[in-house]
Order: sequence, then structure tokens, then C-alpha cells
Amino acid sequence: MKFFNEMMADETSAREPYQIYKEWFDSQNPKALKRKSAEAEAVFRRTGITFNVYGKKDAEERLIPFDIVPRIIGAREWMKLTKGIDQRVRAINAFLHDIYHKQEILKAGRIPQHLIENNEAFLPEMIGVTPPGGVYTHIVGIDIVRTGENEFYVLEDNARTPSGVSYMLENRETMLQMFPDLFAQNRVQQVSDYPHSLRRSLSDCAPSACTGKPVLGVLTPGIHNSAYFEHAFLADQMGAELVEGHDIKIQNGRVCMRTTKGYEPVDVLYRRVDDDYLDPLNFNPDSMLGVPGIMDIYRAGGITIANAPGAGIADDKAIYSYMPEIIEFYTGEKALLENVPTWRCSEADSLAYVLEHLAELVVKEVHGSGGYGMLVGPAASKKEITEFRKKLEARPSNYIAQPTLALSTTPVFTKSELAPRHVDLRPFILVSPNEIKITPGGLTRVAMKEGSLVVNSSQGGGTKDTWVLED
Amino acid sequence: MLGKTANGLFWMFRYLERSENIARLVEAGFRMALTRSQRQGGDWSSVLTTAGLLEQYEAKYSDFENKSVMDFLLRDRTNPSSVLSSMAEARRNARLARTALTREVWEAVNESWLRLSEVLKSPLQDKERIPDILALIRRQSAQVQGAVQGTMLRNDIYDFTRLGTFVERADNTARILDVKYYVLLPSGASVGSSLDNVQWETILRSVSAQQAYRWLHQGEPTASAIAKFLILDTCMPRSLSFCVKEMDLNLRYLNQEYDQVSESSQKVKALQQEMKACTIEDIFESGLHEFIGDFLQRNLAIAGQIETDYRFFA
Repeated sequence: MKFFNEMMADETSAREPYQIYKEWFDSQNPKALKRKSAEAEAVFRRTGITFNVYGKKDAEERLIPFDIVPRIIGAREWMKLTKGIDQRVRAINAFLHDIYHKQEILKAGRIPQHLIENNEAFLPEMIGVTPPGGVYTHIVGIDIVRTGENEFYVLEDNARTPSGVSYMLENRETMLQMFPDLFAQNRVQQVSDYPHSLRRSLSDCAPSACTGKPVLGVLTPGIHNSAYFEHAFLADQMGAELVEGHDIKIQNGRVCMRTTKGYEPVDVLYRRVDDDYLDPLNFNPDSMLGVPGIMDIYRAGGITIANAPGAGIADDKAIYSYMPEIIEFYTGEKALLENVPTWRCSEADSLAYVLEHLAELVVKEVHGSGGYGMLVGPAASKKEITEFRKKLEARPSNYIAQPTLALSTTPVFTKSELAPRHVDLRPFILVSPNEIKITPGGLTRVAMKEGSLVVNSSQGGGTKDTWVLED
Repeated sequence: MLGKTANGLFWMFRYLERSENIARLVEAGFRMALTRSQRQGGDWSSVLTTAGLLEQYEAKYSDFENKSVMDFLLRDRTNPSSVLSSMAEARRNARLARTALTREVWEAVNESWLRLSEVLKSPLQDKERIPDILALIRRQSAQVQGAVQGTMLRNDIYDFTRLGTFVERADNTARILDVKYYVLLPSGASVGSSLDNVQWETILRSVSAQQAYRWLHQGEPTASAIAKFLILDTCMPRSLSFCVKEMDLNLRYLNQEYDQVSESSQKVKALQQEMKACTIEDIFESGLHEFIGDFLQRNLAIAGQIETDYRFFA
């Protein structure tokens, strides 16, 4: 398989966005760069940018590997991407509104009814509810991969609680500290106003019960959650309180947090807790992470929950395969960003094809995430494929399959030189009633192992600073 | 501010103070062990008693070897009050209260934890290293306090950090006095008319005050001068009166900011007034041991009242 190299046009010359960087790199002393690379790790450790790995009790907090070579995107390339992203995010919000109200897309027969009805991500509690400001997905992460100069695919949509934005911000801070001269030579678009934009965007969706300046809270499952650092980071940067379920109770029709002066109302809750755990009275009764009764307050306009409960129906992997139809249905336009061709294993023909071609395909769980429970055919052993086949045959509707994409590479700095590694990109999008704001760049995840196509941090992937150059 | 955050701040600073105090106790004990060949076990056992850890220690070890005691006090994670455990707790609470800390304070405490867990990773074989390690522990704590002084707003957040510090410090100084009070009794059976030099020096060392004491009281140390210094001297930053004065101050700031008079502030005010009114002679007369016991109880009650007043828990 041949892979698109984002840095090099051929053996010797760099592609346009990388030209200044390449010149700079060639003039550097590899030893000094190696030292910088170690320095970067020390910075991350000191700052405490770590994540906890699930399933490993008392495991050390881990650092996500950081690579010092930026991933660079040209202004025009980015422009093209943003148009596609903007369109997709608008469609997702329109879809969510429709699916919880008139369900016209189902009536029009554009997506099958059973896909919604039998879907755990669909919340009947949200039927007829319009969230404050009409916004369902306040924060969206769209995972994009590249396979050629002009070939981009959306790998998946994250409409629930996309994570990783703290890495986008900290990666940039670290690069600014370590390589100030690079930023003097390259005109890189800023990302640092993200927390401020997030605050404003959430405030613009304040509920009707809010009087005065909206009070924001970030709801975290707690200190042991793998993304706790990010929750604390965002709360801190936005000037919001970082709350857990036990800090909150319902009082006088409002959601209130226990402060040192007593209980005070919260207007907007940026929750990093899944739907199922959000409200033990309305959803999973065993949840200790949520707030009993919060859904009732939500429906009565007493609080904004971001993202809206039930938004997950839009990023379900079975729905994903219908995204081109969804975009066309709500925007009247053809999708600007392509979907990866997807076989729905719930359909007999597709299943037959997938079973026959397991060794070539990537098979994913419909509700899975984080790179768990998936099969990467070309990288799997015969035994792994045989075992996966059994799982697939037992519950076909639980899986979708996609061709193994020839993911583009950007170089990483190994001990002394550059070496290509596969990457993806997660841009972060903020949605408010007035605008859709796309932060230039996003999080580039990189497979640190040679040849590996899995970029998830839970599977050993790393990150890079992502530059979008100014025009 | 969230009650949970106030709780995190309060305990973060209690644990920071605790790790520093344990380091001071070890320093004093270590010096004694070096300067005296006899009665070594007795010295360490009084250090462990002061830290409230004798029982736990004896459950684990059968003698008082320097190495075992220092391992237990400095790096044993099964001992919840060891320096390493205290730092881990300080950092855990800092993570809970992360949104109330400046980046500098957070990085200082995170770095302290990283440094100390590195340095204390392996058993302390080498005696040469011990003074360095003890100095490092104190320096790390000073770095956090310095970042607090230099970067934190003087608001309720700051008040809770100070309350944690002084509740813990008062407890520590009172415990030292509680264990060693017999040394300071004017006619203790074991000491005769003049004070046991090594004993009183250890007391001063364990609160890092031997130098300050010399400045204030040139000449022979007397029992009542040392007791007065550690209990009633409001210039001495580790004395009971100083700690109570600081608690009073910070609780009054909170009263102002929250526009209320909290119960904890009243409790502290009462204690402070009583201490202001009494002399060291009064204390000796009614019993030093009883006085210290009573102080420890009241300090505990104040900590509990702060927890309630500011809704640390639901």
C-alpha cells in the first residue's frame, strides 16, 4: 500500500506547508532536538497532563507521548475542510432536532425506523424537548483522515463528549515555549482562545431560568476518570466550577452546587458524564456519578446540559453510514466531506461480504470507542480473525466494517531523524445559537509504532501540535 | 467556591505541613541517634509517639533501628502519615482543588511529589543522603508556600490554605509538647534541677527553633522559658499562640467576605482570648499536661467546625 506523505512531495522537496519547517529542521542539530524532546516530556509531567488507563488499578498516571514535529496544514486545505465540517455539524444538529420532534427523515424513508427505535443512544426522554438555544451539540469533534492530496474522509463524528482539546492547547503552549523561533518564521493561526470561546458559546445557550451572568459548571465523574486532567483544565480555563454528582442537588426547581456559602444555582452544565449516568432517577438507577432528577429540571428549562442528552444518536456508528443522506436531507446539498464506505453487518449481503474479507477490513463495534473491541484485519493474526468471526456471527448488528484506509503519514522525530507515522485529525467545533466556530487545527493523533494504523492514546498513540497556516 | 474545593485546599495544606513536620521530627531524632549511643530506641519511640504512629510501627517492626524508623516515617506508603504518603495526599487534594490553584502552585506541588517519589523510591541505605533528603523535603514544601505567597489572590481560597496549615501545625507542636512535657516540668523525676540538654535541644530542633530561641533567650535554657516560647510566644511561627492567632485572622477574613460570623471563628476567638489571658506560670500551676491535652481537643473541634461551617461535605 502506498501512503500519502504530508511533509514530502518527493525524496528531497517538501510540500508547500512544510517548506519553511523543513528548512529549519535541516539546519538543526539532532542532538539538541533530542534534548528538546526529553524536555517536552518533563514539561508535560510537571504540568500534570496525564491520563489514567482503565482496567489497571493503581496504575501510574500516564503521559501521552508528544512528538515535537508539528503537523502542518495549509490555509487553503483548511478552508476546504472547514466548509465540510460546518455543513456536517449543521446537519447533525438539524438531524437531532428532527429525530426528537417530527422525525421527518424517518417518514421520508431516508433512514430505517428500527435504527432509531432500537438504539440505546436514542433517549425517549428527549422527545419533544428543545434544548436552550436549540443547540444539541455544543462541542463536536469530527475525526478526519487523509489519504491523498485532495482526499479527506470523516472517520467518525463525536457528538457526545469529545475529549482531547486540552492536549491541543497544551501541545501548542509547549511548542511555543520550546521553539519560539519557529513561530516567528511560520504564521500559525492561534488556538489559545478556545476556552474563552467555549465559555461564551455555552453562556449563549443559558436556560430561561438564568438571570444575569450565567454560572457554568463542568461535571466530571471524578479524579479517577481517565480524562480528569482535561475536566479540571477546562473548568480552570473557563472560570467554571468543577463539580461531581455529590456536589449537586436539586433545590427550588434549580440545579444547585454546594458552595462554602450554601447551595447556589448552576445555569450551564458542561457534563463529561455519559447519558446513562447523568440521572439515576431517569436513567441508570445505580449511577453514583449523576444528579437525581436533573432531567426533570432540564425539561422545565432550569438548566442547560451540554452536550444535550440523547445527542449520541448522531454519532452512533450505524447512523454514521447514513451521514451523506442526513446531510443532503437537511442542507439540500451534497456532503462536502466524504464518509468512509461502510458495510452494515446487520444487512445480510454486507455481512456475507465482510465475513469473506475480514483480513482486509477494519471491523468496529457500533457503540464502541477508544479503539477497543475492534479488528484491524491486515494487522490481525489468523487466530484473532477466527475469534472475531465468532463474535461477529453471533451479533452481526453490533458491527460495521470499513476498508483499511491508506492513512497519510507525517514525520515524527525518532532518536535522531524523521520517520513517517500514520496520523488522524480531530478538529473541535463549538456550536452556539449564533455561530459555528471551528478552532483552526485540532488534535493530531499519531501512531508511534512504525506501520501501525491505530492512533488511539489508549493503544499507545501519541499527539502532535497541529498548525494551520495563515493565508 | 465549592465546599469540596475548600476541603481540598484545607487538606492539601494540612498534608504539606504534615510532611514537613514529619521531616523535622526525623531530623531531630536522627541527630539524637547520631549523638548518643545509648537509649536510641527510647528517642525514636518518642518521635513515633509524637507522630501518633508508635502502635503502627510496632506492629511492623520489633526494634528501633535507624533504617527501619526512617523508612517507616519517610517512605512507607502503608503508613498514611509518612512523608511520601502525605505528599501523595497533598497532591491528590491539589488535583481536587485544581481550579482554585494558580498554575505555579499546582506545578510546585506536582513537582514536589515527582521529586520526592523519585528520591524516596528506594530504601535509605546511605546515611550521607539523609540530611540531603530531609533538606529537600523542607525545601519542596517551602517552594509550594512560596508560590502561594507570590501568586494567589488573598481571598477565601487563600484563607482555607492558611487554615489547613495552622490547624496542622498547632496539632504538631502540641503533640511534641504532649510527648515531651515531662522534660519541661520544673521538678521532673528524670531530670533533677537542670534541664537535660539533649532533650530540650531536641524539642527545639523538632520545630526548627533552636536558633530563634537562642536569639531571644541568651544564656541557660529554663523549662518555663522554653514552654513559654513554644506555647505563648506570638512571634514564634510554630508556637500554639501563633497558630491560633493565624486561624483567628483567617476565619475573621472569611467572616468579612461571607458576611457572617461562623461558629468556628467564635471557637477560635474564645481559645485565643483564654491564651492571651494566661501566663506560663498559670499553665504550670494547673498542669502542663492537662493544658496540652485540652488544647489538642479544642484544635480538633475547631477543625471539625470549619468542616461543618464551610460545607466541606454534603
